[in-house]
Amino acid sequence: MTVGLFIPCYVDQFYPGAAIATLQLLEKLGVDVVYPQNQTCCGQPMANSGYEHLTKGCNELFIENFADFDYIVAPSGSCVLHVRDHLHDDKNPEAAKNISHKIYELTSFLTDVLKVEKLDARFPHKVGVHQSCHGQRGLHISSMTELVAPEFSKPGSLLQMVSDIELVSLGRKYECCGFGGTFCVTEEAVSVKMGKDRVEDHLEHGAEYITGADMSCLMHMEGILKRQGSKVKVIHIAEILNAG
Amino acid sequence: MSSREKILAAVKANQPDSTALPDLSVFETTAQGSLEKFAEVLTFIGGKIAYVTGYDDIARMIGEQHGNDAKIVTPLRELSKLRTASLDDLSSIHDLHDVDVAILKAHFAVAENGAVWITEHEMVHRVLPFVTQHLAIVIHETDIVPKMHQAYDKIGTMSDYGFGAFIAGPSKTADIEQSLVIGAHGPRSMTVFVISANPDFPK
Amino acid sequence: MEHSTKDHAELAEEFNRDEDRVDWHDETLWFIRSKRDKAAHSIPEWETLRETASQIKNNVLSNLHTYLQQFEQNAIANGVEVHWAADAAEHNQIVHRLINEANVVRMVKSKSMLTEECGLNEYLAKNGIEVIDSDLGERIVQLAEEPPSHIVLPCIHKKKEEIGEIFHQHLGIEAGISDPQFLTETARQHLREVFLTRKVALTGVNFAIAETGEFVVCTNEGNADMGAHLSEVHIASMGIEKLLPQKKHLGVFLRLLTRSATGQPITTYSSHFKKPREGQKMHIIIVDNGRTVQLGRKDFRNSLKCIRCAACMNTCPVYRRSGGHSYHTAVAGPIGSILAPNLDMEKYADLPFASTLCGSCSNVCPVKIDIHDQLYKWRQVLVQAGYTPTAKKLAMKAMATTLASPALYHIAGKAGRFTIKYAPFAVNNKLNPWYKQRDMPAAPEQSFGEWYKQNGKKK
Repeated sequence: MTVGLFIPCYVDQFYPGAAIATLQLLEKLGVDVVYPQNQTCCGQPMANSGYEHLTKGCNELFIENFADFDYIVAPSGSCVLHVRDHLHDDKNPEAAKNISHKIYELTSFLTDVLKVEKLDARFPHKVGVHQSCHGQRGLHISSMTELVAPEFSKPGSLLQMVSDIELVSLGRKYECCGFGGTFCVTEEAVSVKMGKDRVEDHLEHGAEYITGADMSCLMHMEGILKRQGSKVKVIHIAEILNAG
Repeated sequence: MSSREKILAAVKANQPDSTALPDLSVFETTAQGSLEKFAEVLTFIGGKIAYVTGYDDIARMIGEQHGNDAKIVTPLRELSKLRTASLDDLSSIHDLHDVDVAILKAHFAVAENGAVWITEHEMVHRVLPFVTQHLAIVIHETDIVPKMHQAYDKIGTMSDYGFGAFIAGPSKTADIEQSLVIGAHGPRSMTVFVISANPDFPK
Repeated sequence: MEHSTKDHAELAEEFNRDEDRVDWHDETLWFIRSKRDKAAHSIPEWETLRETASQIKNNVLSNLHTYLQQFEQNAIANGVEVHWAADAAEHNQIVHRLINEANVVRMVKSKSMLTEECGLNEYLAKNGIEVIDSDLGERIVQLAEEPPSHIVLPCIHKKKEEIGEIFHQHLGIEAGISDPQFLTETARQHLREVFLTRKVALTGVNFAIAETGEFVVCTNEGNADMGAHLSEVHIASMGIEKLLPQKKHLGVFLRLLTRSATGQPITTYSSHFKKPREGQKMHIIIVDNGRTVQLGRKDFRNSLKCIRCAACMNTCPVYRRSGGHSYHTAVAGPIGSILAPNLDMEKYADLPFASTLCGSCSNVCPVKIDIHDQLYKWRQVLVQAGYTPTAKKLAMKAMATTLASPALYHIAGKAGRFTIKYAPFAVNNKLNPWYKQRDMPAAPEQSFGEWYKQNGKKK
């Protein structure tokens, strides 16, 4: 099988390490990965701001880049959810639908398709796991106490396979970080307060690193951590699963 | 066009295609309601429970709990000697404003939420279970259903009413900083007397 | 309802100036959400209940025309007078007329968010009618001359010291009292006198049963009953969507409502009003006020399934940190944000954007309203209708063009990184809202695309 690697625009530009780790991790697991170099963005920033009608160009470009792969994998729950729910093309409706069925967020791909049971990774640090909203509620990457259902976490189960890692417990495991796309600037006060509260939860419980499946959440929390002069770092889960 | 006509026309024009009602049989059960569960929940929600073998027990306990000055009313003939005032021939229901204790019979109780079902006939006056300072309810041990579905099944077999209520514990509020206060506008306390002929009854 | 010209973002920014208070507000509501979780998890069939309730309400909305008439017919047969109000103004006029017909100038009212929506209290006050809200939280905000901030816990935004001060000012207690027990007792005595003297009482309606013409009012305090049973005229106001087809459906809804709202198994009182008390007059006012319009909106009609439990407010991380008043509408929070734009798109255009679309609300909704999906869809509607700032429109158009072209995207990305690295002052300043309380991300030398070109697989 050949996997098309889809790298969110801001990961491409600001956090290439997460993308490199994703690529290396998939290759380590025996996957044939191709990165279509003409990809740009899934269109979510515009769609979530009410401008879905402007995303035709983005959608067409996405289909052009990714239509022919067996799977498409991205280190982002948010982007994958957007593509799954909102990718359409009047000229090519079948292609769009096919993509929706074969696009996966990274940790789900590892657990559901590759069915990974062990990892050759080591990360001897205290790590807090942030469960990004779109992944957990939209893609069912993990459970949450809102629903009366069995508890599970795909990122969590993969992190358990990493040696010497210590996962810290949190006060509120499933709360939103407050990034929310353009929300982070249009509702700056609430966005920052939400981010500060998340960060404090991790700090209170001794996290040295905060990880998650979405770099957007981590970028937002990193901005707050750096402003606070904190030594705590953010790191995409791909980099932990690929570590050591 | 009257507002009624306008509204109904708009509803008709705008409502979506009909979808079916779901089947409620998944909630059916033949199980009896658990007295233990009822007692646990009633206590949790601020109510009190007392196990008695008969009305003499109830009379004694009420006598002990409330002093000689208490205004006690009840339609229950078995407790007529407790009455300090009558519920008949009131010049106005406002005369009930200073009732301290009202003792009423409920039709049945619901185990899952500590509630009892009582209708106007048992209340005598609708305001009575609300205006009284302390409410005492009498039920029989065998009249407990497990959940609300069974409660409505049972109500469906009973005669019609002009007013009925589920009452679960004493009145309460947490409107002030989420601090629970028992005794808001309704009764300050609610005691359920459970009558059983079973001598091994919890006491 | 007062119309504030400030939008949610501005009001939320003001709310956030007192961080300790935000923490207190947030923790209080989170505590309620936790109680809700505990209650839900104690019911193994919880998700089945939600699905059942959702389907019942779907059936109601799709047969509303029939159920409304059935309800009316049965209510009339029970001796209740039924009125229809197309909008808020008509509702208020009907209430006013009924009060006049009773030859009084005072009324006691238990909680009804519908009457908040209609601005009933203000209307009656202007017409010389005194209305006393009997729900403790509502009475407090009434004395404070504020609207309620939460549909179930009206004064959740008020501290007990503040409530003590309000009672000192208006109910004559000593200054400096903050004990909730004492304050509740004060309200009990004060309102008891009101219950015993008001001839007209107004209540809301939690559920109206088409099959029998009866309606149910749920309270913990007993205030709705105290008012109604001591009154000579009982008026009950309900939205058209409050119907349930059959009485047995109450078995589902009464199991879900209070557990979702506060974590309690049931409210203290679930009062079933069917016929007027002997000698009493009972009226039901069935209100539209925009609901039929919402019913016609395919993407948004599900919002009419709402049973006003406020679980969505308690769970919403934005609501908890902005407070109900930031939404400048009677029903706030996530559900309010999908109901209000239907009433006035211009006035409420900000609300669907007051969300990160985290989806928590949809998960706790007992009737499975797809709240977060509707928030997304309202954004599309509002933008198409022209209710977003021009600057944003231009920025979005620029973004769309850039992102549809690989070449432009690469140039923009490189330029952005270059700016951050070599001219940080261009972005690290007051004009950049991100920068106010957060550092910008560091600018790597290469994007992943550039790295891949050098190091990745060629295919």
